[in-house]
Amino acid sequence: MLEAVDLTCRRGDRRLFEALDLRVAPGVLLHVRGRNGSGKTTLLRALCGLFSPESGMIRWRNEDIRRLGDDFRRDLLYFGHLNGIKSDLTGVENLRVAATLDGDAVHTDDLWQALERLGLAGFEDLPTRMLSQGQKKRVALARLVISKAPLWILDEPFTALDVDAVALLQDLIADQVADGGLVILTTHQEVALTSGQIERLDLGSRH
Amino acid sequence: MGRSFLALLRRDITLALRRRTDVLTTLFFFVIVVSLFPLGVGSEREVLRLLGPGVVWVAALLASMLALERLFAADYEDGTLEQLLLAGQPLALLVLAKVLAHWLLTGLPVVLIAPLIGMQYYLPQTAILMMMLALLVGTPVLSLIGAIGAALTLGLRGGGILLSLLVLPLYVPVLIYGSGAVSVSTIAAAESQPYLFLLGAFLVLALVFAPLASAAALRISLE
Repeated sequence: MLEAVDLTCRRGDRRLFEALDLRVAPGVLLHVRGRNGSGKTTLLRALCGLFSPESGMIRWRNEDIRRLGDDFRRDLLYFGHLNGIKSDLTGVENLRVAATLDGDAVHTDDLWQALERLGLAGFEDLPTRMLSQGQKKRVALARLVISKAPLWILDEPFTALDVDAVALLQDLIADQVADGGLVILTTHQEVALTSGQIERLDLGSRH
Repeated sequence: MGRSFLALLRRDITLALRRRTDVLTTLFFFVIVVSLFPLGVGSEREVLRLLGPGVVWVAALLASMLALERLFAADYEDGTLEQLLLAGQPLALLVLAKVLAHWLLTGLPVVLIAPLIGMQYYLPQTAILMMMLALLVGTPVLSLIGAIGAALTLGLRGGGILLSLLVLPLYVPVLIYGSGAVSVSTIAAAESQPYLFLLGAFLVLALVFAPLASAAALRISLE
């Protein structure tokens, strides 16, 4: 379970949100909503431990994430605005490095299958700089297929994706939630879940 | 842990080999700077022999600086650095892998080309050998210290100049003992071993502390 208690975040002089409490239980998808600039990305980065909140505490399985350190980060998969792939490496190479760094021991066949599942069959061996925006995003999202992390934090995962890829990503998210994982995401689209529970958090609406 | 170290090392070397210009620029920069001095001060044997060790080391410092700026910047721009920070592996170890790749691509070529440079400066054979040894021990220190500066100035506007102001003063001890080792080895009565030991001590210190300091700096820079 991921918990945030009395969280206050500030960006420069502007206070984005204060005294925010949230709890995400296993098997739950938390949909963070809010206008542009309401602090969605900052909240997600704080939950990952990339951004230190001004005050408040974030707990993963009842322990402070700052004390857990690498133990927390191994349970986490973060997908940010940047794809986090190298443009000079091929899709397979990118995925292999990402999986090794995440500590997942994977077979080369799994990498190819993951990319194929994301509709990249025939593009696995091309440097990713030759791919379109949407395809690059698909390469980055292939990590979701391989990852065994129980906590996914996804920042705007649906942008630049076509209809098929959106459906596929929804399936992946639904599977993760059905397996008892936690998903926290921001998106301006509605996400349909076949099982599990969706909770919503509105940022910047209390003013 | 070891697997992620190797994976990152291999990734950085693969990337550099696919984009060879970055590596070659550093090496050519070094060769050109070193070759300019004989043209400027004339080709008198005694003068060049006196200047040689210092010039080679200063050029090595500058060449190492040149490539430092890109050490973390490329990963920062495409978001892979963010993923490294969240990888759940000791960040200092990952930083060490990146620094090692950086040294293999920029420091080691300088060490290997040193004999040619030495001939240009009429250095005797013992001095050339000593220069290679000193560079072999000293250039990794440059990469390690530079990594701290590169991590601290990441994402800043005009970071490149700030980086040189931060890092070059810290290079001074390496410069002094590195060129000292070479100069002393041309004098028959003097012993250059103490210089090498001191350089070795710097290397050990830098190996222990620089990755930790760079990792901490990276976490601050990415906030």
